[in-house]
Amino acid sequence: MSVVTSPEAVAPPDAVAPRRRRRWGRALLPVYSWLVIAYLVFPIVIMIIYSFNKTFGSMQLVSFSWNGFTDQWFKQWSDIPGLTQSFWLSIRLGITSTLISTVLGTMLAMALVRYRPPRFRGKAAFEQVIFLNIAAPEIVLGASLLGMFVSLNIGRGFLTLVLSHVMFSIAYVAVTVRARLAGFDRSLEEAAYDLGANPWTTFTRVTLPLIMPGVLAGALMAFALSIDDFVTSNFLSGSSAPFPVWVYGVTRVGIPPQVFVFGTAIFAVGIGLALTSIVLARKKV
Amino acid sequence: MVPLAFMLSLSLKTCNPATGACVMTWHWGEFPSEISLYHQEFITSLYFAAVSTVVDLVVSFPIAYWIAFYGGRRKNFFLLMLLVPFFVSFVIRTIVWEFVLANNGVVLGTLKHLHLLPSGFHVLGTGYAVMAGLAYNYLPFTALPLYVALERIDRRVLEAAYDLYATRRAGFLRVILPLTVPGIFAAFLLTFIPMFGDYVNQEILGGTSNTMIGTVIQNQFLVNFDFAGGASLSAILLVIALVGIYAYARLLGSRTIEQYL
Repeated sequence: MSVVTSPEAVAPPDAVAPRRRRRWGRALLPVYSWLVIAYLVFPIVIMIIYSFNKTFGSMQLVSFSWNGFTDQWFKQWSDIPGLTQSFWLSIRLGITSTLISTVLGTMLAMALVRYRPPRFRGKAAFEQVIFLNIAAPEIVLGASLLGMFVSLNIGRGFLTLVLSHVMFSIAYVAVTVRARLAGFDRSLEEAAYDLGANPWTTFTRVTLPLIMPGVLAGALMAFALSIDDFVTSNFLSGSSAPFPVWVYGVTRVGIPPQVFVFGTAIFAVGIGLALTSIVLARKKV
Repeated sequence: MVPLAFMLSLSLKTCNPATGACVMTWHWGEFPSEISLYHQEFITSLYFAAVSTVVDLVVSFPIAYWIAFYGGRRKNFFLLMLLVPFFVSFVIRTIVWEFVLANNGVVLGTLKHLHLLPSGFHVLGTGYAVMAGLAYNYLPFTALPLYVALERIDRRVLEAAYDLYATRRAGFLRVILPLTVPGIFAAFLLTFIPMFGDYVNQEILGGTSNTMIGTVIQNQFLVNFDFAGGASLSAILLVIALVGIYAYARLLGSRTIEQYL
């Protein structure tokens, strides 16, 4: 009753004073946000600039000072055999572990969504393990895997790398695919069965196309995780070092400029793909 | 399902080879001795990770808020901008930070040239450099959960608050902030735990002082070949992480964190 007669009721508080504050907030927040984005992008710009830096003296190593512009390192991108090898190793490792973890992760996600405790014992435990896998520090995973391989007398190499990469990416694939499966209409599968399709046909022609965006997103994530992984790989690589491990190894002795060339190239490809997908998504809407 | 079950049980089993994966001696004494040897490194890690996480939370909350509420059609673009660091390999990012923070590097060199800093000033090799590197490398892990939490707030709840004469401030403090608490907690967890075990930043940016526990574990395994010692240290690290994860699962449910990924 007093509310109705009070002056605020006639003129809502939003109307006069807070509007100025909101405008102020609208100006400040974007400026701040762009500053944060600039902060995030800044080191990458530095990396790209320094990949065009001339080296100092006869040692072909990157230096902190600017010695002049050159595109020499882009022309001689494959001049460091160890670096090029480690890069292709990373690519092979990424593709192999992505394929395996995508298949297994999709299966896991389907099992988690479709089956409930009477038929699927230990479902809660599985969910805990997935959760743990994502949240536990990576160094623990790497260290314990190394401990296991050593105690089982398994030599470190490509196989152990693939195993470990599959292990950490499987959880991410499962989570991504499960998110897609959550909104899945089961009656579509039933319709396929009614029309005489067998389980395999139903899966490949109905279920898989529908969950494909989730599966692809999971696969991309697995690949990105695998390419970028350092901690686990460092424990398990042995003599064959993937790209990040190799780069880390040379930080003490000196970094050849080609490292920045590879960094720039990977960045360009990744950001190009991401921007294309954003543009495509916007066109669809 | 068999390979999966095998995989997952393996990932569970391997998580605690603590008391000697090599030979089973039930040597529990390893734990106290390792703790007494390396408690300083645990404290350093705790301190660095805590400071960097808080910095990340404070820095990324406004931008997450802005993208969630005012991003409009360009939301995806801004999110991509947040993720930009992930397109460069983690190790390279850290090396570039070394360039940025180097004594005569891009930032300090310029500032010294302008006589804004004394020429003896240095950041590299100190704890500040490590914290700066950690904060930079893990910022997206903080910003994204916050964004998801803010994005999911039902705008009608906020409007209802304003209709009930809430001021902007009250609307923020009593509606938005409480609704983002799970997101803040998830962000904390996803940032703090990886930072706690991180050793790349410390190794590249921190020099020989301020050793973090991750460095010790790595050295135990790869330099000293003291597997039992390294394993018990990583078991302790895992327990610390588990306490945080368990607290989260108890309070908010284990599935909710997946929504923030």
